[in-house]
Amino acid sequence: MNKIVYVDNAATTKINDEVLKEMMPYLTEHYGNASSIYSVGRESKKAIEFAREKVAKALGAKPTEIYFTAGGSESDNWAIRGTAMALKKKGKNHIITTNFEHHAVLHTCEYLEKQGFEVTYLPVNEKGYVTAEQVKNAIKPETALVTIMYANNEIGTIQPIKEIGAICKENKVLFHTDAVQAVGNVNIDVVDQNIDMLSLSGHKIYGPKGVGVLYIRNGIRIDNLITGGAQERGRRAGTENLAGIVGLGKAIELATANIDEKVEKVTKMRDYLIENISKIPYTRLNGGLENRLCGNINFSFEAVEGEALLLMLDFKGICASSGSACTSGSLDPSHVLLAIGLPHEIAHGSLRISINDKTTQEELDYIIECLPPIIERLRDMSPVWEKVKNR
Amino acid sequence: MIYTDKVMDHFANPRNVGELENANGIGEVGNAKCGDIMRMYIVVENDIITDVKFKTFGCGAAIATSSMATEMIKGKSISDALKLTNKAVVEALEGLPPAKIHCSVLAEQAIKSAIADYYKRQGIDPTPIVGHIGDCEACHTH
Repeated sequence: MNKIVYVDNAATTKINDEVLKEMMPYLTEHYGNASSIYSVGRESKKAIEFAREKVAKALGAKPTEIYFTAGGSESDNWAIRGTAMALKKKGKNHIITTNFEHHAVLHTCEYLEKQGFEVTYLPVNEKGYVTAEQVKNAIKPETALVTIMYANNEIGTIQPIKEIGAICKENKVLFHTDAVQAVGNVNIDVVDQNIDMLSLSGHKIYGPKGVGVLYIRNGIRIDNLITGGAQERGRRAGTENLAGIVGLGKAIELATANIDEKVEKVTKMRDYLIENISKIPYTRLNGGLENRLCGNINFSFEAVEGEALLLMLDFKGICASSGSACTSGSLDPSHVLLAIGLPHEIAHGSLRISINDKTTQEELDYIIECLPPIIERLRDMSPVWEKVKNR
Repeated sequence: MIYTDKVMDHFANPRNVGELENANGIGEVGNAKCGDIMRMYIVVENDIITDVKFKTFGCGAAIATSSMATEMIKGKSISDALKLTNKAVVEALEGLPPAKIHCSVLAEQAIKSAIADYYKRQGIDPTPIVGHIGDCEACHTH
């Protein structure tokens, strides 16, 4: 096979042709500033509102609850910092999250801790789930916000969002979820699932990079993160990323059409890959299999280091990712894998494969063919391997 | 993370991988917790390192530095091998990303550790000759 097998869709996705087609006019002739009074600007304004309606529809929200941002990280920052700052004035200074959130959430919470907020990091279990009961027990009168990811980016585990939302509602605590990985893979309804705020990103759903959304339920007042002009009804300043917003609108429309059908198809492919990779000895699947994103596969191979594995897969044209320290620029392995209780040495040897509905059977078989000899080669080279074998 | 062609060459085709049955010096440094372990096997005859092999658990840079370091000491005298610095290994690889410099430190330490083991087996205290070999934690300062 002389081609690229791209199975890193949890990192980013290839832009959909239809999405790009919709965007192009807004990068060329329709360049008007949406805040302008003349017709060229009005066209832009219309396109943004059209995209807003599409996002609202995909989430079961109202268009007035959708705010465009520069991406998932900004949305997370806004929801958390904005809530913290707004509710601090009311004496609420406590935030509840989990210990395996995306860094956009974790590092924001850590920053707020330095500013005097108290943060509870709920531990997830060994399969990578948190329970509504844990949230309930952590809520106190000072709690301003619960922020828990919809689905984990590394191990794909889907959290009991509706139940957590119900607990928050009961206790009158705001609930934010980072749904960057979930949108397009899970049926989301913010009303039914008791979600007050939700972050999503364009480039994870076959849309463009540099654009995202924060859904904020009507009636919730949080402080602004980006101050300036009156865009986004005065809540998020900055001239709108017109083409990006148009692209995100189209992308979410496509990504949320026929979710059930897509999930069924991709889940089958995922389980086929999991079944076959599991045949490699001294290998473990990270994260529970039930309530898992249909495209997520995450394995640890004992005595193998993740970055070396990725480089060897790259020689074969396979693009995947790892929770190894060496790929993150730090010396610590993935906080997600440590959170589900993996020892450091095993956490270093993880491989994340994220497939989608475009992944072919041929590609799956190619991965299954390439992987075992690479693992064997790295194990032969590894001074740890004999210890693992003789254990 | 961008590796030089030299690093990629030594990673894809590592030189001197394996074990040596007749090794008279074996050194191991690093730990699995920090993600890198290097084990060096050397055969010393008349103060010359006549053969060397390695086994490494670690990233691309760890494997490449092990490979390059073994190439640089093969056929050299012990005193020359002891002069090999991590900087020289990095230069021979035409550079390493800053986060990977610790791999080259590990390679230097692995050689020193194997030579120390050789001296110990000869009944000679290695410390005055090899000096103190820093532990793995030292590389966490990078």
